[in-house]
Amino acid sequence: METVEHLLYTKEHEWINIEDGEATVGISDYAQESLGDITFIELPSVGDEVEQFGEFVSVESVKAASDVFSPMSGEVIAVNEDLNENPGMINKSPYEKGWIARIKLSDSEEQSNLMTADEYSKFLVSVG
Amino acid sequence: MKLIFEKSVEGRQGFRNPRSDVGLEGEIPLKYRREKDCPLPEVSELDVVRHFTSLSQRNFSVDTHFYPLGSCTMKYNPKFTETIAAIEGFSNLHPLLPQLNHGEKLVQGALEVLYDMERLLCEITGMDRFTMQPLAGAHGELTGVMMMAAYHKAKGNKKKYIIVPDSAHGTNPATAAIAGYEIVSVNSDENGVMDLEELKEKITDETAGLMVTSPNTLGIFNSDVDKIAEMVHAVDGIMYYDGANLNAILGRCRPGDIGFDVMHINLHKTFSTPHGGGGPGSGPVGVNEKLIPYLPISMVDRRDDGMYYLNYDYPGSIGYLASFYGNFSIILRAYAYIIMAGGEGLKEVSNHAVLNANYIKERLKERFHLAYDRICMHESVFSASKQTERGVHAIDIAKFLIDQNIHPPTVYFPLSVKESIMIEPTETESKQTMDQFIDAMFKADELSQQQPESFHDLPKTTPVTRPDEVKAARDINTNYFQNT
Repeated sequence: METVEHLLYTKEHEWINIEDGEATVGISDYAQESLGDITFIELPSVGDEVEQFGEFVSVESVKAASDVFSPMSGEVIAVNEDLNENPGMINKSPYEKGWIARIKLSDSEEQSNLMTADEYSKFLVSVG
Repeated sequence: MKLIFEKSVEGRQGFRNPRSDVGLEGEIPLKYRREKDCPLPEVSELDVVRHFTSLSQRNFSVDTHFYPLGSCTMKYNPKFTETIAAIEGFSNLHPLLPQLNHGEKLVQGALEVLYDMERLLCEITGMDRFTMQPLAGAHGELTGVMMMAAYHKAKGNKKKYIIVPDSAHGTNPATAAIAGYEIVSVNSDENGVMDLEELKEKITDETAGLMVTSPNTLGIFNSDVDKIAEMVHAVDGIMYYDGANLNAILGRCRPGDIGFDVMHINLHKTFSTPHGGGGPGSGPVGVNEKLIPYLPISMVDRRDDGMYYLNYDYPGSIGYLASFYGNFSIILRAYAYIIMAGGEGLKEVSNHAVLNANYIKERLKERFHLAYDRICMHESVFSASKQTERGVHAIDIAKFLIDQNIHPPTVYFPLSVKESIMIEPTETESKQTMDQFIDAMFKADELSQQQPESFHDLPKTTPVTRPDEVKAARDINTNYFQNT
């Protein structure tokens, strides 16, 4: 399963790319693969406050509906509107064009609760 | 097969409405009237009969095929219950009769059925009272959680959360959310039951209650349920029992005896009435003393002179949950089933349901990965993980079974097991039928080794073959008149 080196990951299979107090969030290749073809995504609204590991998005696939949790706390400053029209983009490009939201981070310390790409790869092996 | 709209011929008629002898002009304000005629198909009575008979012949049902749909308890519905439901004194009753002056005298039989059924369900479950109103399981859940909320409100409790384990039915968190609570999820431990340590951490003073499906969706009974009840009751939380899997424990265990305060029963599952596409559900809700004041109105009670009547005198009631008294004719069928089986018979129901599930589990585990290898209750959950490595997923196996004249088991639920296949044979299936199913599953496994690619356009024998599920979900169009 593909991971990207400079991103951080959660146990619930979200990734976050932190740049100067802001961050981009999405779901991992493993998550999109497990969900199968994604048919619908309920995006957050710009201005929403999110908490670390709190629900902020829900995705539906042909198999299941599932919650996506925010890897860190902050305020939503942008969402990937293209996903409304084309949710399958998450399947095609989970780490780039399938990004979900941008967040203005409120607590950079929270990073310590996340996994590096290497740790996440090992975690994936452990969950089978 | 053509749609009925495609059979329409302009001017053809199968039914003529009687002429209205009351002037509707002026009665219905213009703004509520249709501007254009409704584009109903113009067909004869014979066209309609042939169309729907032909559709019904394509049905996949318990009456025609094995239906091991986990979590749904698709058992055979014995036909004598249909005979009873067709008795004219029941089938032709007007539902308003018991609400009219002296009308209750004319419906004593029907009221007695509701009254007696309540007592039977109390005896089976150990609860103190039941409402018959809810029209299905999830409706029962909502009724139960609304009573839970009424209880906390009356006591001035500040409650915010409902705890739901990940092995619960998907409707449980949905119900709690609709009732205005936030959901706290608890994961399963290595034995497939709620992780007690995690639960301990998650119970707080703001816990309104806990919803448990036991046996859970993994077919496993939680033997710590008394401890869990103690923990939840310590913060004045309410224990909710989802009775969807009651078929596994009849006559063996009563939720009311092991700490549950409120529960629903899916009559259409456990007590064998037609459901799914075959008929409406019924989800009576039972409560113990704590919640009696909040039961929906009306309740069927009995006067000193022995007459049954509808009692509306429950001032703390959460109100009406459905029109009239629930799906009466379904309650009636389930009542007949319970009386016919009797106490010993119901115990046998569960014995055989559990035995059958274990038989399938033991035989299939040679070829399919068993999620939790332990004695199961009425159902067990496999994973198609070995087959998935060969490129054949749970969905492909499900479609394969259709071509073998078997209804697919539940797939991709519970979510806690990857590529899950959830199998519930029920007590009404013979060893021969189960062996045919096991043979078909083995055949699927063999084919997954030899020709994994052959699965991808199955089923081939059905009127509708493999749909494009992604397109169906992304570009849904259910309107015949609207072209996409």
